[in-house]
Amino acid sequence: MESIIRLENVSFSYKINEKTKVSVLKNISFSIFPGEYVAIIGHNGSGKSTLSKHLNGILTPDSGDVWVHGHNTKDVNKKRSIRQAVGTVFQHPDNQIVATIVEEDVAFGLENIGVPREEMKKRVDEALNVVKMSQFRHRPPHHLSGGQKQRVAIAGVLAMKPDCIVFDEATSMLDSFGRKEVLQVMRKMNNMGMTIITVTHHMSEAAEADRIIVIEGGQIVMDGPPREIFKHKLELENLQLEVPSVSQMAEVIHRKFTTFSKDIIQESEFIEEVEKFHKAEVGT
Amino acid sequence: MTGRPIIEIENLSHTYMKGTPMEHVALKGANLYAEEGECIAIIGHTGSGKSTLIQHFNGLMRPESGKVIIDGEDLSKKKVDLKTLRQKVGLVFQNPEDQIFEKLIGDDIAYGPFKLGLPLKEVRERVKWAMDVVGLDFEEMKDRQTFALSGGQKRKVALAGILALKPKILVLDEPTAGLDPKSRKELLDKIKRLNKEEKLTVVFVSHNMEEVAMLADRVYVMAGGTDVLTGSPKEIFTDKEKLQHHQIGTPETVQVLYKLTDLGYQVNTEAFSVTEAAEEIMKVLAGKKEGSEHVQRI
Repeated sequence: MESIIRLENVSFSYKINEKTKVSVLKNISFSIFPGEYVAIIGHNGSGKSTLSKHLNGILTPDSGDVWVHGHNTKDVNKKRSIRQAVGTVFQHPDNQIVATIVEEDVAFGLENIGVPREEMKKRVDEALNVVKMSQFRHRPPHHLSGGQKQRVAIAGVLAMKPDCIVFDEATSMLDSFGRKEVLQVMRKMNNMGMTIITVTHHMSEAAEADRIIVIEGGQIVMDGPPREIFKHKLELENLQLEVPSVSQMAEVIHRKFTTFSKDIIQESEFIEEVEKFHKAEVGT
Repeated sequence: MTGRPIIEIENLSHTYMKGTPMEHVALKGANLYAEEGECIAIIGHTGSGKSTLIQHFNGLMRPESGKVIIDGEDLSKKKVDLKTLRQKVGLVFQNPEDQIFEKLIGDDIAYGPFKLGLPLKEVRERVKWAMDVVGLDFEEMKDRQTFALSGGQKRKVALAGILALKPKILVLDEPTAGLDPKSRKELLDKIKRLNKEEKLTVVFVSHNMEEVAMLADRVYVMAGGTDVLTGSPKEIFTDKEKLQHHQIGTPETVQVLYKLTDLGYQVNTEAFSVTEAAEEIMKVLAGKKEGSEHVQRI
């Protein structure tokens, strides 16, 4: 399969003072394929945000290359089509909302690229519909909750019809309700065929993805499906990460009841396992 | 806790852009009370007035109507010694980049203590102490440039800058948003220790119910510009009706326990930590075992 985004030996460093540079990304290579749902995790300062900024050319590598649909992100002439293919939703909803009315905010990017009026209206309608914010279209965004604002921001990116959306800690300022709303939208867009890349500190959120990439010291240290990754509890703890709290609970229970599976990463699975275990015990 | 009131807020109201078409009521008769050495969490949805409320603690906002008394000082008076007040009440904003302005980390954290006119040696010690509290290595990080920091590191620097002022009251707006699990745990442990050992009064705004459950002595729930509910984390998180009514989230562990009670399992939802919750579930699983034996005996 043709990749959407391909990183080849990407290295990047920040200059921290006159003499010293800190290398943040070290020779990273991986590909993201159409339709994937990928979570990138790593502790603070591991390089994951810098990495996510390389995915659509917000930053370009010091050495190595990033290819988006075969275009090099260093190619200034391709910048617009690269950004259109890979959109980003940032951490603070307030920082990415520009208009005073929800639907105008969603239309902002489309106006910039000169989409005809009829087409624009259609795309705004569709985008608001996907994020379930249609009934708020005439409202001023500053009275919305954090989760609602973030969904407006997503609609703005969605209206540009990208192939891939990068969520850079997009839920970290939200409460559990807001987070759930945004996660549902991410899942829904992925089911519609959109490629999703999410950078997160919430392990229960990473468990929703199909693939997890773990970054440490600017390098990829693990890459695989959540179920595989979360089997490595100790390694993750050494990387200053953890497994989801339901996995932790399952492990505690497994220690006493060995037939209770510890291979659990999602809440629904955990509940099912309790039910299954409970029934089996009643049966004996 | 000493029983001495340190924050007393009564019937506080605030309207932004009053008298314009953009008029917006942010606070409407809000109340909050904290004793010296208490740790208070404020939760509530965006726009419920949390941030407006905490900006009254150090005089960034002055009471429009209602009462704000901090450590015995009435802030509705015309003349308030803001310098002393702000030394006493340290406020860490939600967006750490808002309050970092020096080029180097060490200088940024030293800025406040320098302004207090402290001797260089004392400033250096305070910077070292504050960096240690937030988990930044003094030697390694003090000469790093602030702009090249990650979001989580910036948050630590901002907090260290406030701690270096040695405030009596520490006010935090979403202290751990954007921190990785280990940094989050370490920071919470340190705040808890400052609170318990050094009797630092802590007020924090949070949407993370795990940290509310772990840290707070008391919780205020805000909605529509006022306090609608207050109680210990246990009282708040075990009142299912109120949780639903005010749309308050619960820690992930408690969420699981509630789902199990919905399915008819008799688990106690007062278990917040992973171990407590797991033990609670094991009781039911083990209990059933005994129960089924009982059935067999009959």
